[in-house]
Amino acid sequence: MDDLLADFLTETTEGLVALDSALVRLERNPDDKATLSEVFRIVHTVKGTCGFLGLGQLESVAHAAENVLGRYRDGALKVSASGVTLILAATDRIRAIVTSLEQKGAEPGGDDMPLINALNAAAEGRDAPAPAKPAPAVVQAVPKEAAPQEAAPVLAAEPEPEPAAPELATPEPAMDGSAPAAAQTTIRVSVDVLEGLMMLVSELVLTRNQLLQLARSEDNQAFAVPLQRLSHITTDLQEGVMKTRMQPIGNAWAKLPRLVRDLSHDLGKKIELQMKGAETELDRQVLELIKDPLTHMVRNSGDHGLETPAERRAAGKPETGRVMLNAYHEGGHIIIEVADDGKGLPVGRIRSKVLAQGMATEAELAGMAERDILRFIFRPGFSTASAVTAVSGRGVGMDVVKTNIEKIGGTIEVRSAEGKGTTFVIKIPLTLAIVSALIVESGGERFAVPQIGVVELVRCGGEGGPQLERIKDAPVLRLRDRLLPLVSLSRLLQLDTEAREDTGFVVVTQVGAHVFGIIVDRVFDTEEIVVKPVAPILRHVTMFSGNTILGDGSVIMILDPNGIARASGVGGETASENEAEARHGLGGPEKTSLLLFRAGDGTPKAVPLGLVSRLEDVERERIESAGGKPLVQYRGRLMPLVPLDPMWCVDMAKERQPVLVFSDGDRAMGVVVDEILDVVEEYLTIDPAGTRPGFLGSIVINQRVTEVIDTSWWLREAGEDWFGGGASKANTLPQRVLVVEDSAFFRNLVVPALTAAGYAVTAVGHAKEALRLRDAGAKFDIIVSDIEMPEIDGLALARALREGGAWADLPLIALTGRSTPSDVEAGRIAGFTDYVGKFDREALLASLQQCLAMTVAG
Amino acid sequence: MQHATPEAAARATRAAAPPPPVDEAAETYLTLTVADQLCGVPVLSVRDVLGYHAITRIPLAPPEVAGSLNLRGRIVTAIDLRRRLGLPPRPADAKAMSVVVDRDGELYSLLADAVGDVLPLPLAQRSANPPTLDPLWREVSTGVHRLGERLVILLDVERILAIG
Repeated sequence: MDDLLADFLTETTEGLVALDSALVRLERNPDDKATLSEVFRIVHTVKGTCGFLGLGQLESVAHAAENVLGRYRDGALKVSASGVTLILAATDRIRAIVTSLEQKGAEPGGDDMPLINALNAAAEGRDAPAPAKPAPAVVQAVPKEAAPQEAAPVLAAEPEPEPAAPELATPEPAMDGSAPAAAQTTIRVSVDVLEGLMMLVSELVLTRNQLLQLARSEDNQAFAVPLQRLSHITTDLQEGVMKTRMQPIGNAWAKLPRLVRDLSHDLGKKIELQMKGAETELDRQVLELIKDPLTHMVRNSGDHGLETPAERRAAGKPETGRVMLNAYHEGGHIIIEVADDGKGLPVGRIRSKVLAQGMATEAELAGMAERDILRFIFRPGFSTASAVTAVSGRGVGMDVVKTNIEKIGGTIEVRSAEGKGTTFVIKIPLTLAIVSALIVESGGERFAVPQIGVVELVRCGGEGGPQLERIKDAPVLRLRDRLLPLVSLSRLLQLDTEAREDTGFVVVTQVGAHVFGIIVDRVFDTEEIVVKPVAPILRHVTMFSGNTILGDGSVIMILDPNGIARASGVGGETASENEAEARHGLGGPEKTSLLLFRAGDGTPKAVPLGLVSRLEDVERERIESAGGKPLVQYRGRLMPLVPLDPMWCVDMAKERQPVLVFSDGDRAMGVVVDEILDVVEEYLTIDPAGTRPGFLGSIVINQRVTEVIDTSWWLREAGEDWFGGGASKANTLPQRVLVVEDSAFFRNLVVPALTAAGYAVTAVGHAKEALRLRDAGAKFDIIVSDIEMPEIDGLALARALREGGAWADLPLIALTGRSTPSDVEAGRIAGFTDYVGKFDREALLASLQQCLAMTVAG
Repeated sequence: MQHATPEAAARATRAAAPPPPVDEAAETYLTLTVADQLCGVPVLSVRDVLGYHAITRIPLAPPEVAGSLNLRGRIVTAIDLRRRLGLPPRPADAKAMSVVVDRDGELYSLLADAVGDVLPLPLAQRSANPPTLDPLWREVSTGVHRLGERLVILLDVERILAIG
């Protein structure tokens, strides 16, 4: 039986059960509007769907019943017991037809005219003609008696008010008894039960595998055959249970051809619907949730995306427009594309719309990439039908679509080329799906790599095979005609491993458009795994998409190629985000000014220039010594000097000794260096490899490895009570800052800046994570939060924090791109202590110190 | 089977132990040893006690996380109590035992050197944490119980699991 029909039958059977009791309720309370509309809705749905499926007989009965109900609903007729009885009879007839449909796949035929005529008569306000002739007076009285007994089956047993009913309904013997039959082809099972089954099956599989292993070593023939059978059955059972959760996406698409056909009729457009990848399986739950958004998007594409045939001709395109659906797996996700070859989104008009609605300023828009402007169609306020249809015709309800997709952890992107078409790309994670994974080993540990992302495997290092090469430190592989960037898994995961990276395997992986290789030590075989989410305390490790239990019973982490790409900067979102941000040109220091100098060894050193108050040349004779520590009188005070070179002593001082002065209020400290080299603008991407005390790590400037000094460490060296009183409270512990910022780019920017300023920084990408940290009892001295974030924005976060809990009194700094007075006011009302513009590092640091000083004072 | 686990575990632990306390003013604790220190975990928070299990390391995880292990088809995150309490690492040849606890539906295993008895600990013999106690310990302990010659540090499972 066709899936659609099966769905319809299940739905109708359920509807009929509800209908019976609703009708009886209605009979008891004829004025109950809610029940009346419920009844009407059920019958209407049945009728509507029948027409859709071409079930004429059913439709005519349902239609006649609907007519009567319609008159009741409009108040044109009073609900009467005879009418209700007629409708109940119609319900029974519908049920009989449904039963027949289910058993024979066809409508039973037979003459429904007496029933329909009776219904029509009732609709016109006449009494039912031949079949039913109850005395109206009696009938009116009946509800009171009949009411307490209710329920449909009673009707058949009830001889009095309507003997016509059994007559009208074709005497199909199994009229009542067969109703449940329709329901039995499918039953609803709670997901929990399936989950439980799944778990039991996994255990069974593990036990089976152990048995098989035992049998292999025991060589006991008697067990071999039954064990083999057990093994097969277990495998089948496992597949069966897994199948209960998985459905091809085609199920969600089944109604679309019809929808597109109707659409093309109604709109006078020629539309062709192409569907690819309908067999792509995904979790049933996820499928249900994306059904509506998908339908909506296809309708949008046909309605607003495609032009009329005339317009298309004029544009030199074929008259028939195409709407394309494409589904496929990609790196642990399912990608669904909804594309059309229509006119595309009119960027210019979206832009003016955004301006008109005050969603962004002209300056902001000017700096935005087209892609970002298109994203405005997902904004809630933007998608009011009248406003947008008049302008671009696109975007109706797109915010709802986006919300629904994000609810299941997915993302939606839009690409558009004016005149060529629009493509929406939906990416849904496969959290519950079964994936085939490649088991690899690196640094003595095994990991699973989802097979979906794996393009190929290359063995490196052996004789005649391809060789790993290095450009500076970056390993690369020449693979056919391309240069493949490589990521060493053991280095990425900080596994202690002997450096034997020159031989091994490269797992060539694709993430989006980026292809890169992951260096591993060994490759085992592939295994089907069930992805289980990692424990909440491990969620921050983005390199893993989950974990699973292998056939041998061991737990194994599943690598997330997206996370690896992001972490290693190979591609993924950070890169594009960076590009986008760079294009924004918001004027902020995406690059940080660094002061380069030399001290001690030959390696150049660097410090963010913003931290240095002054550069001074101090005459040697002014350097004094107290308690073995060098000092200098500086602006009427004693300033401690800290040499970066441990070997340095006053005697080694130059004639004019260069000193970097760090100051805070009226305290100051001098760092003694050998030579000031330069000031450069550089991205502050610090590689913590080989860190020693006093240094944050290294960074490559002008092709030279340069060490970035940890200012806070040296400030402590000076023995100063440095951190605005905070230090006295927490001894020498740095103050703890929580940064809540959804954009990885800004996190990358803010975190090193704050770290460099001596704070212990924890960064989270989501307000939810911040709240989770709070609930987990994490302690911070201050919180810096972005305002605009998905789901919970900064203002909501501030309100949530102020409401109570451990962090209710923490200072809270808003970090935002928008700082008009009204924004600042909104921030203060929500509970922010201070408001700082993004990129304004000095202001942020000043604000941090000020806020922290305030809490200490308070 | 999975569903029966909490009850089964509770039964198992109870069966192996003296009967539950009659005394109102006592709470029942499972004692365990971590680097010679006797610790107590409220028995009602314990789901299971396991012998040595193979543990898979989790790279990049917080240092207190020893790895994950497979408990009858469920993945359990193992927390090394020695590391959590800032104690020296377990000798390589010593096999840790797991005390499995549930937190918001997630299972965690607390790795201890040995698991002792289930004991009713009368409130009368409980003291607050001494102020000189290591701050790390103060953080995770709800008090100290005097058990004859020895002192039992009472662990707060929630706070033990508040890592990172």
